Amino acid sequence: MSGFFVNAALISLLTLIAFLAIRLHRLFAVVMLSGAFSLVAATLFVVLDAVDVAFTEAAVGAGISTILALATLSLVPANEKPHDFAFVPAFLAFATAAMLAVAVADLPAFGDVNAPIHNHVAPDYLKGSAEDIAIPNVVTSVLASYRGFDTLGETVVVFTAAIAVLLVLGGWTRRKEDGEDDNA
Amino acid sequence: MHDDVVIRVIAKVMIPAVMLFALYVQFHGDYGPGGGFQAGVVFAAAFVLNAMIFGLNRGRHAWPARLNLLAICGGVLLYGLTGVASMLLGANYLDYDVLGATTQSGQHIGILLVEFGVGLTVASVMVALFFTFAGRLTHIRLMAKMQAHEEADQRKTKRKARSTKKRARK
Repeated sequence: MSGFFVNAALISLLTLIAFLAIRLHRLFAVVMLSGAFSLVAATLFVVLDAVDVAFTEAAVGAGISTILALATLSLVPANEKPHDFAFVPAFLAFATAAMLAVAVADLPAFGDVNAPIHNHVAPDYLKGSAEDIAIPNVVTSVLASYRGFDTLGETVVVFTAAIAVLLVLGGWTRRKEDGEDDNA
Repeated sequence: MHDDVVIRVIAKVMIPAVMLFALYVQFHGDYGPGGGFQAGVVFAAAFVLNAMIFGLNRGRHAWPARLNLLAICGGVLLYGLTGVASMLLGANYLDYDVLGATTQSGQHIGILLVEFGVGLTVASVMVALFFTFAGRLTHIRLMAKMQAHEEADQRKTKRKARSTKKRARK
């Protein structure tokens, strides 16, 4: 029962932060709120026993993303431009939310042993991790060994994104006269 | 950037601790929560903190740009080459069983290597992104200043040319 209250409090906090972030026009406050949103989401993941995901969310979502957004804020005006209510995006967002809400009704209950996700390859991973790989953290053995190809793909995605950003914003120019080292 | 004694002293104490924690997360990922992605981000956070407190220039000195490019590529290469190594030893790509004396130690070595590759790439990518975004403002200001100088120079040379013409006419 106490779990219910913790979840309810966290989810209402998330909703409140999201609502505030939509309403506010001061971009600094919005960036701070997005960091707070990530931190609350990380807490929610801890409640769900997904500590690895929570760790990532706290480090990337609340930490580095906020810093990068702050660095970007130094280049843009402090306030969002006032604009009319955007009907089409609002309609799309509400329609998607409604469809997701309908889909949630069809999901198996949380922790249901008969859910498809627990009957596909997960039992093999959970059983095999102790014998084949012999490391206690099953998340690491799935991530690095069983699903090594996916993680290679993810690393290449990070690599490609960085190369793209550096090519666009990295300050590499054709001028040869400026010898300053400004390419990262 | 900020000449605040409290922030500077606390940062000097915190930065090594953050880096050490990142290494712990990196190499303890087999046993507890964590791994390359998280460790990379935490490690990068130490350098971002350094650059935020002590200024971008000193931050860049701590993490040189050329080294950074090498690290970005080196991490992905380390991951990919681990797979190639297992292929050369006669197994499938990224099948770590053959890397060690036993299949389990092979798995340990393989996981350690690929996680280190991930951590290297993620850390250097994060630092590079931060420096790119944060350095943008100084870059823009520099470019504007250079342009202003160039325009002033052009005006000066034009004026000079005009005055010499006048003098020649006289």
